Amino acid sequence: MTITRSPAADVAPVPERGRLLSWLTTTDHKRIGILYLINSFSFFVIAGVFALLMRTELARPGTQIFAPHAYEELFTLHGTLMIFLVIFPLLAGFGNYFVPLQIGALDMAFPRINALSFWLLPVGGLTILSGFLVPGGAAACGWTCYAPLSEQLGTGGDLWIVGLILVGTASILGGINFIVTILRMRAPGMTVMRMPVFTWSILATSLLVTLAAPVLTAGLIMVFADRQLGTVFFDPSRGGVAILWQHVFWFFGHPEVYMLILGAWGIVTEIVAVFSGKPIFSYPGVVLSFLLITALSFSVWAHHMFATGAVELPFFSITTELISIPTGVLFFIWLGTMWRGKLRFEPPMLFALGFIAMFLIGGIDGVWAASPAMDFAIHDTYWVVAHLHYVLFGGTLFGVMAAMFYWFPKMTGRFLSRRLGIWQFWLQLAGFNLTFFPMHILGLRGMPRRIADYPPDLGWSFLNLVASIGAFVIATAMLLFFINIFLTLRKPRTAPDDPWGGNTLEWATTSPPPAHNFDALPPIRSDRPVFDLRTQGSGGDR
Amino acid sequence: MSAVATGRRAKPEITGPMMGMILFVASEAMFFAAFFAGYFTIKANEPVWPPPGVPHLKIDIATVLTVILVTSSVCVQIAVRSIRAGATRRATVWLGITIGLGIAFLALQAYDYSQLGFGVKDGVFGSLFYVMTGIHMAHVVGGVVLLALVFGQLVRGRLTREHHDPLAAGAIYWDFVDVVWLCLFTVFYLLTPR
Repeated sequence: MTITRSPAADVAPVPERGRLLSWLTTTDHKRIGILYLINSFSFFVIAGVFALLMRTELARPGTQIFAPHAYEELFTLHGTLMIFLVIFPLLAGFGNYFVPLQIGALDMAFPRINALSFWLLPVGGLTILSGFLVPGGAAACGWTCYAPLSEQLGTGGDLWIVGLILVGTASILGGINFIVTILRMRAPGMTVMRMPVFTWSILATSLLVTLAAPVLTAGLIMVFADRQLGTVFFDPSRGGVAILWQHVFWFFGHPEVYMLILGAWGIVTEIVAVFSGKPIFSYPGVVLSFLLITALSFSVWAHHMFATGAVELPFFSITTELISIPTGVLFFIWLGTMWRGKLRFEPPMLFALGFIAMFLIGGIDGVWAASPAMDFAIHDTYWVVAHLHYVLFGGTLFGVMAAMFYWFPKMTGRFLSRRLGIWQFWLQLAGFNLTFFPMHILGLRGMPRRIADYPPDLGWSFLNLVASIGAFVIATAMLLFFINIFLTLRKPRTAPDDPWGGNTLEWATTSPPPAHNFDALPPIRSDRPVFDLRTQGSGGDR
Repeated sequence: MSAVATGRRAKPEITGPMMGMILFVASEAMFFAAFFAGYFTIKANEPVWPPPGVPHLKIDIATVLTVILVTSSVCVQIAVRSIRAGATRRATVWLGITIGLGIAFLALQAYDYSQLGFGVKDGVFGSLFYVMTGIHMAHVVGGVVLLALVFGQLVRGRLTREHHDPLAAGAIYWDFVDVVWLCLFTVFYLLTPR
């Protein structure tokens, strides 16, 4: 069973203007996937610059460059953009490109809805950003935008709400599209228990999006009505309940945390297996963990609200501790996969290992914070900032970088530079820990989050300076990443179909794949069809 | 062992568009559930419900609205059954009646709003009542538009006994809108003391 190369005819030259138009109007899942990545990395640069500005302000006590209100706008938009327009769409972008390939499908189930859900993203993101142009400035209430503060913002608050409703709608449509694609478009032989773990992770993410994102939309509509129609949902002075917003927000917000990490788990599980030269230690274990986490994530939201005194502490503490069990299982599966493997420390593997180490710290932070007694001490301190960045940056963004180095040859036919990649990895790892580890200590020393200034005599100054230096080390690492992409795209295409010895179907087609994805599919008899093909074909590699 | 023989399904039980609509309705259900959760949270926070100063809702028009919407759900199901039996003309007629009832619902609800004697700015009850029924009303408008598009396809002969996903999916959506109304009717009229 051989895979024939696609003829060059299907990449017939297109005039320059026509080519741009064809990208803007495309419904091809691969092109939309790349558009997702371009859009996400653009917002990543914007939100990253916001972070650098914040760290510059915090490097020394005193207010140097920003008035407190401007600082509040910065951290609000940093959080909002990173979560809704960077991390989630990055994973959705990889999902768009690789889920149809991994299940042997031609495209997504609803290609035009797919294009719509992409294009709503930049529109929503720019709507949120345009808050900087209106009087009163952008939303300045944190990405959680608690009531009653959310009721008191200027026009920037309305733009924030409208932008998020657009982005939420986009993700719901995308989620539905992924579920139908995965459940209805699989190639013959691709049973659910043979689906690649990344596809499983996107399926779980999509279930979460479809069921949790509409709850946020409902909450946003209530705030909007309070602000514009004169309703009083969150206004305690007139019978409303301010804490209702926190319930609605976190009922969405905690599943959201898993939407932001499940895809990275899928990527890392696959990469660890490929670069250890072994099958996944327990494929059913991974699937079961994903599903358990998906289900449990709907029962933990109020652990964000321990300090309100309005929630049942033991219940939400226990459910939160419970969710760490399937997460812990994943760690053992990653370790078991590497155990006695032939490890190859290529950039994708380095970033995957970085992910495992950093996410371990973030995860243990989470178990810690699940204890109400602990939580009362660290609530709203820099400790929480450290925790969430160890999960979302140390976790997901390392996973995303692993995926970029792993899949770039497939997407473009070109290898990202290994040397620059290794430099980026070590700089990113060092810069990340330099920035965020001290925040644990700052939090324990009582430094509250979301402040533009702090007194010089509280013992916070040195660690803040360290964190600010770290932020610029991270920026250097990211600069190397973008330089790497820029240089690589100018090089000739040298990547073979299956450069890493992959397991999943995307490696059974050309790099980059033709518009119709596959000329012929290999038989699918396990969760590693390409491994089967390689080992049964020309002699096998072991 | 041939992978092709073990894995292929002759015909999927649920087509892609139908599954898409079912998932969309599930998502919408969570959307409305958030509003109902808000309703009960706010209600639990009030010593008296409805809060004093709100004119009592009259159940008569709401009952007629309920009858209209439930009847329309029956009609849309008859339309689906008709097209499954190959009776396209009958399906067209029943779908037309469904759309007509939907428009009647909207008109009567607009009239009802004008007779209530309180507005969206009148405290929590006004907030909940108008936002929840208003968002439902928006969904009825969406449903009427959706069914009208399906109606257009029916008239032009695009839907057949074998291929009628748009009608079947539209019916799922319409039934969902009906169920949401039944929940609203229960909460605002049956469970609210008068």
